[in-house]
Amino acid sequence: MWLRRKLFIVSDNDKIIDEVTSSDYKYGFSTEIDSDTIDPGLSEDVIRQISLKKDEPQWMTDWRLDAYKVWKEMDEPDWANVSYSKPDFQNISYYSAVKKKQYDSLDEVDPELLKTFEKLGISLDEQKRLSGVAMDIVVDSVSVATTFKKTLKEKGIIFCSMSEAIKEHPELVKKHLGTVIPKSDNYYAALNSAVFTDGSFCYIPNGVRCPMELSTYFRINEAGTGQFERTLLIADKGSYVSYLEGCTAPQRDENQLHAAVVELIAMDDSEIKYSTVQNWFPGDSNGKGGVFNFVTKRGICETQAKISWTQVETGSAVTWKYPSCILKGDNSIGEFYSVALTNNFQQADTGTKMLHLGSNTKSTIISKGISAGRSHNSYRGLVRMGPRAKNARNFSQCDSLLMGDKCGAHTFPYIEVKNSTAKTEHEATTSKIGEDQIFYCQQRGLNPEAAIALIVNGYCKDVLNQLPMEFAVEAQKLLAISLEGSVG
Amino acid sequence: MKDRLSAFYWLNETQFAQASSEQITSQRRSAIEKFEIEGFPSVKDEEWKYTSLKKLITPDYLFPSPFVPLDQEEQIDFNDIKQFLVNDIDCYQVVFINGRYSSWLSETTHTNYDICTLGSAWKKYPEVVESYFNKLTKDDGPLVQLNTGLAWEGLYINVPKNIIVDKPIQVLYISTGDTPVFNQTRSLIILSEGSSAEIIERHHSLTNHETWTNAVDELHVGSNAKIHWVKLQHDSSNASLTQHSKIHQEKDSTAIVHTISTGGKLIRNNLDFSLTGKGAEARMFGLSLGSDRQLVDHHTRVDHIAPNCSSHEAYKGIYDESSRGVFNGKIYVHIDAQKTQAYQQNNNLILSEKATIDTKPQLEIFADDVKCTHGCTIGQLDEDALFYLRARGIRNKEAKALLMLAFANDAIADIQHPSLRVKLSQLIGRKLGVDMSNAL
Repeated sequence: MWLRRKLFIVSDNDKIIDEVTSSDYKYGFSTEIDSDTIDPGLSEDVIRQISLKKDEPQWMTDWRLDAYKVWKEMDEPDWANVSYSKPDFQNISYYSAVKKKQYDSLDEVDPELLKTFEKLGISLDEQKRLSGVAMDIVVDSVSVATTFKKTLKEKGIIFCSMSEAIKEHPELVKKHLGTVIPKSDNYYAALNSAVFTDGSFCYIPNGVRCPMELSTYFRINEAGTGQFERTLLIADKGSYVSYLEGCTAPQRDENQLHAAVVELIAMDDSEIKYSTVQNWFPGDSNGKGGVFNFVTKRGICETQAKISWTQVETGSAVTWKYPSCILKGDNSIGEFYSVALTNNFQQADTGTKMLHLGSNTKSTIISKGISAGRSHNSYRGLVRMGPRAKNARNFSQCDSLLMGDKCGAHTFPYIEVKNSTAKTEHEATTSKIGEDQIFYCQQRGLNPEAAIALIVNGYCKDVLNQLPMEFAVEAQKLLAISLEGSVG
Repeated sequence: MKDRLSAFYWLNETQFAQASSEQITSQRRSAIEKFEIEGFPSVKDEEWKYTSLKKLITPDYLFPSPFVPLDQEEQIDFNDIKQFLVNDIDCYQVVFINGRYSSWLSETTHTNYDICTLGSAWKKYPEVVESYFNKLTKDDGPLVQLNTGLAWEGLYINVPKNIIVDKPIQVLYISTGDTPVFNQTRSLIILSEGSSAEIIERHHSLTNHETWTNAVDELHVGSNAKIHWVKLQHDSSNASLTQHSKIHQEKDSTAIVHTISTGGKLIRNNLDFSLTGKGAEARMFGLSLGSDRQLVDHHTRVDHIAPNCSSHEAYKGIYDESSRGVFNGKIYVHIDAQKTQAYQQNNNLILSEKATIDTKPQLEIFADDVKCTHGCTIGQLDEDALFYLRARGIRNKEAKALLMLAFANDAIADIQHPSLRVKLSQLIGRKLGVDMSNAL
């Protein structure tokens, strides 16, 4: 928008040469803005360029090139229950400066967006930050952020961007990067390994309990989400951390393809709680546009460690995501709580894998799918009890809620048991909101939309309860907003 | 093996063509061509992920030709097969030996309704066969195509409108001979509006050699008609069975299928229902007892195409020693199938360190006003229940068997004939190593 306005002003000022030079000007202008962007396409050179721009050590460049070689050999997977036109990988720019639009004040921002912010109950400062309004320094936030940084440092917690970590803590990165999700894991993980631009790195030292939700930190310091994000989270022995990525606010991202990789390493006796709220652009109500979200997330649990994934997925046109736990150590615990809501033409194929290797390992899966409009929502999960997973225990529950007669709900649970002391339970239900339930609410003065929001929130309560407090509140509102217009 | 099978077809094509109409022959040909392209399914195929046919297709099988009459050596006495029949029920009886009809062991009928063999129906009722044969199986996998190409004999039932078949139909497929045998059997069952029939089916091998029966069944159940079908799969440890049963149901019809898999080497059941008329009901029950190195694989699929239909599925499995169990239940609710009720349950007991179970209950739903649930468990016998029984003086083995029988009971409780139920519980008891004759 800014670009167009500037162009307009220029051409207005100099009407005479307008037609002759406008194309020239455009060209010049676009090179200027793209000065920090690599031309679209993917090749070894491009990867070397990325690595160079990021000033990375040689081992990292080699690692990327290795991944690229693996990726070239692979085929794009098509087993997921989603259909979309496959992205052209030679038509994507793999390195670019942040493309966010800058506004001078909130008045310029899309009023729709502001309305949503209001409904979510997001503070004015945050609204500005989220929509990309240039902000004066807000004294409060900065001071709080500095205090946070100080506390983290005192405890020995490393929390920084991935590129910083590669430079500052190469030994940690080298040791752990790609150990949970190898380069050859899958098509998108390989692509990410080759071209990832940034992401977060977190290390919690031995015996430290991270004093704050790292989510709180994010709300003050913007951690920009890149197109190919790479996150590595290491919890050393006996430590605890709660981490939240994403945001309830709608993210008007311009990149169509997102292929992130998240690796969690929970060493003996540690605990990681990883929460995600994803609300990327789902495309308009006719199914045009929208983000493809192809994410690989996996964690490994050593003895007595625990990893808990919580996700609220309401955005993206296509979601393809299976946060998984490898329960390697004895007595380790894996949890997965998910709410996936699809509306209009959205498609989501999401679920988890619980791989029980150690004895006395436990896992819980609670998945709630809601489909409305013409959307499709699939749960795909695997519970595997290895031969040595004595007394392993799993409980899975995946429920689907259908709203409207054009949408679909699908469940593909795989359960593989290879020893005689393991116990698994799986149950799934599919239903629609009962007319009697809506009637009951309406009788008490709620309009149908509010009634449905209430019922949906009740349905998702098991999962929302797992979110950090302030996000739980916002997530509830988010569900209601995402469902708007689906009643009737 | 694949080449040998297609060669077998092309060698016999003239005979196939002479014995049935042109339309059937062209269907056979296109089916065998499909099979030639696809070959046997491998574990890379999602539907065969957990069941490998590799070992099954290695032996040097004999393919008995349907056009060569049974010779003296292949003929068997009633006493040889007596034990495989439920004798105290008055029944129609149809017996096949290596895929060929054995008239002296069978008792068929053409009065009121036809209960005979497909081999005779090709000639006798060409129009009926033509309008029903291969209607439900056209797009199925390679094993079904192979069967469509090569199968000649099997059960043929045609019951006219509002007629009830007065006694159950027992059908027995025997494999025998002194070489490994690969048999194709094919059934065509047509129940017209308001009719009803009951079938008890059993496959058995009398030889110590490897045998493989590849069976395909097509059932057309007219409106208000009712079929009750019991499949007994208690074969010897060298016998394998792959069976695809397709059931097409119209308005207000009922189909009840029991599959009791207690013996054999590899058993693969594909049981597909399509509910195409309002108010149709499908009920399926399964019981698998695995021991030794057995593999029991159940794939079921229910297509809810019309509204107001219901399906009910309960499969139980008990796996011991190095046995393996596979379950894949699919419920597919099509876009207009509102008010569907679908229930699916798969419970498994795993008794030994080496046994494995892979299960995948699956729901695909495109209509919103439905009630679909599925549940699936894998576990062990309840220690407390066992203790309770032991405390009352019941020996360990018996106590366990009692609990397992109770666990299995859901799957056989709906079987109508008491004598068949008793026979089944004896069978289960024998498998569990205790005498259970008085338990039911």
